[in-house]
Amino acid sequence: MSDTHAHSVSYVRDTMLPQSEPPAAQTGAIKWMRESLFSSVPYTILTLLALYVVYSLLAGFLPWLLGGVWTTANIRECREVLEGASGGCFSVLTERWNQLLFGIAYPQDGYWRPTLAFALLFVAAAPVLFSHLPRGLLVVTGLYPFIAFWLIWGGTIAVPVMALIGVVGGYLVYSRLVANSFAAGFFGGILAALLIWFIGGYITAPLEGVLALEAVASRNMGGFMLNMILGVVCVSLSLPLGIALALGRQSSLPIIKLICVVFIEFIRGVPLITLLFVANVVLAYFLPPGTNFDLILRVIIMITMFAAAYIAEVIRGGLAALPRGQYEAADSLGLDYAQAMRLIILPQALKISIPGIVNVAVGLFKDTTLVSIISMFDLVGMIRGPILASTDWNGVYWELWGFAALLFFVVCYGISQYSQWLERKLQTGH
Amino acid sequence: MTSMTDPAQGSFRLSMLINDTRYRSYTFQFIALMILIALMAFLGVNLARNLAEAGLNISYGFLGQPAGYDVNQTLIDYTSQSSNLRAAVVGILNTLLVAFLACVTATILGVIAGVARLSKNWLVSKLMAAYVEAFRNVPVLIWILMIYTLMTAVLPAPNAFRGENPSSSMLLDAFAFTNRGVYTPAPVWGPGSMVVVAVFLASIVGVFAYRRYAIKQLFDHGRVLPTGWPTPVILFVPTLVVFFALGMPISLDYPALRGFNFQGGLQIGAPLIALWLALSVYTGAFIAENVRAGIQAISKGQTEAAASLGLRPRRIMNLVILPQALRVIIPPLISQYLNITKNSSLAIAVGYADVTATLGGITLNQTGRAIECVLLLMLFYLTISLSISAIMNVYNNSVSLKER
Repeated sequence: MSDTHAHSVSYVRDTMLPQSEPPAAQTGAIKWMRESLFSSVPYTILTLLALYVVYSLLAGFLPWLLGGVWTTANIRECREVLEGASGGCFSVLTERWNQLLFGIAYPQDGYWRPTLAFALLFVAAAPVLFSHLPRGLLVVTGLYPFIAFWLIWGGTIAVPVMALIGVVGGYLVYSRLVANSFAAGFFGGILAALLIWFIGGYITAPLEGVLALEAVASRNMGGFMLNMILGVVCVSLSLPLGIALALGRQSSLPIIKLICVVFIEFIRGVPLITLLFVANVVLAYFLPPGTNFDLILRVIIMITMFAAAYIAEVIRGGLAALPRGQYEAADSLGLDYAQAMRLIILPQALKISIPGIVNVAVGLFKDTTLVSIISMFDLVGMIRGPILASTDWNGVYWELWGFAALLFFVVCYGISQYSQWLERKLQTGH
Repeated sequence: MTSMTDPAQGSFRLSMLINDTRYRSYTFQFIALMILIALMAFLGVNLARNLAEAGLNISYGFLGQPAGYDVNQTLIDYTSQSSNLRAAVVGILNTLLVAFLACVTATILGVIAGVARLSKNWLVSKLMAAYVEAFRNVPVLIWILMIYTLMTAVLPAPNAFRGENPSSSMLLDAFAFTNRGVYTPAPVWGPGSMVVVAVFLASIVGVFAYRRYAIKQLFDHGRVLPTGWPTPVILFVPTLVVFFALGMPISLDYPALRGFNFQGGLQIGAPLIALWLALSVYTGAFIAENVRAGIQAISKGQTEAAASLGLRPRRIMNLVILPQALRVIIPPLISQYLNITKNSSLAIAVGYADVTATLGGITLNQTGRAIECVLLLMLFYLTISLSISAIMNVYNNSVSLKER
């Protein structure tokens, strides 16, 4: 049968033809350009317009950047070197580098201290930001505030060590009592820590010179370092306060709820600058006569309160977004309020709130520039005050503002990219 | 059979205040209230003692006294002999002015940038992404100072417009951009001009009335009335007719170079422009993100469903996508307006006389009434914020999906 069949067919193709290439206009760069740049007449016009914008931006910016001068002592020398050619006087950055970063008054031979603290910040933040790193690194995170304080403010190491002992002691008391009830553990821990600090004050007083770095007063902090200090300290302090406020606002106890609502709405209703005015001129009236704690601390208190109100609203959103069933499930397991919040509600609510919290943190970091208005010399304050007002550099605007903008851009863009990465990672839905 | 019985009414013991959930909440609230009262008392006592030591008192009498300083840009009559209260009102009006201007331009900019970022045109969408990221991630104070520098250090001085071959020239002979500010033609309201304005306002009402009528005709009788060309006709023809019939009562006063500076026209100071532009481009970047999120929140199925019903792309946008997207966009948009109002307090950095600069700046420094000034300042901003939030809540309730 098969034989006859084989004879009846004269030709059978037994190999496939190779696929032919698609037409040139339908592949690669040409197709991409046709689809995304020149798909219709209005789009073509738009593309040409956008190209012109890009060209004119680059035509102004590149010669200025590439033709810049980096090594002159003042603006007149710089202009002589340039001889009318277009180029930036970037020498202001190299000449005033330390002032831009550390302010005027920080001791010159101590610049390594804030630099080291800055480098350690990455080590300390890494295990918090990236959960796949070894958990042992969290020890560094725990120790970081004390090390950084010692490095930046100087003085004897006995003070931060005593503070650390107080925190550890407080934690031990807390972990002993928390099995009983959360409130007892919480307040017991705080009391123990306060007690240790109170006693520690007498111990550290005679230990003035132990491992002492040169002490630097807060008013001598300045430059970008001040922005970083304010940003990091205020964000980390406002997080627990914000959680407490959010829980208070969601609480069923009317008085506590009222206090939290009034606080949050008041803070969110006024601009940060008025709160800084309060820190600058009003707060002193409300403190016992004779107390005189420095401006940077007052500013930290105010910015922390400001950020806490915003973080509280973000976390309230997270709490409200949790399905009712989670609360009921916690109740049905017989957990009390503190246990339910700690073990069931907050871990989920905080996870939902992370993008919002990061937004607040970025906004807060940008807002630290406002302290220049109450005459503190942060990065913006340094540029507006000592540098632009000096005869050496009066008139070098764009190099300085561009540098400031670049520094803030790098930090804020980095944080927001991290937040987006985290959001994708935590996405458990489809 | 089981029967429900009340637990035995034990006598009240002190430990129940902590351990019994029925009483515990009262205990906590009582403690919180006590702490709050103690804190208030502590602050109040300190305040009283400090004021007594400094020989001060709390009084608002300074508001009636002459301010003694000049304000360069005012919307109402003001001299240095006017009271501090009037200076504060000047500041409030200036705050509202710059906030209003910035809200309008930021919205326009933000909507354009947000829509353009979703464009299929690769170059345009990348350009808009660059704009949004660059402006969102740099403090607004730096933008304000940069644009102020641009206004004062880069723009030519008025005498650059002088002479046979001036190095600068006016735009269309009507606009002059100088380092002392921007000069534009100012309208001069002659007799009868109010009639023209009234007719124009009536025309705006007329346009809306006509559109309503057109929709009613469409729904009741299926008759499609044109809405394209009648709109400008209704808007402009009656106004122009009245304008020329009354002999052109509104004219323009052009700025001209006299002496060392431009005279006539409307002067908009460099601080106002710097603040306005900076707030617009900064907040515009945030609004762009809100607009993009709002449009992306509408699922693609909505577009496809509308297309399968046979709607044209323009109608899909107007009737299906936008009404849903606006519900997502408007609440964050209004909170951006609130941010503009609060950020306008940065005016003090460039010397624009907003309420923070007059009441919280010069008046505070001259009278030394720190507590009163800061308190009034906070009250003003609180009033604005709370009223805008109230409007937003009303709006949210009116557009939120009605669910049972």
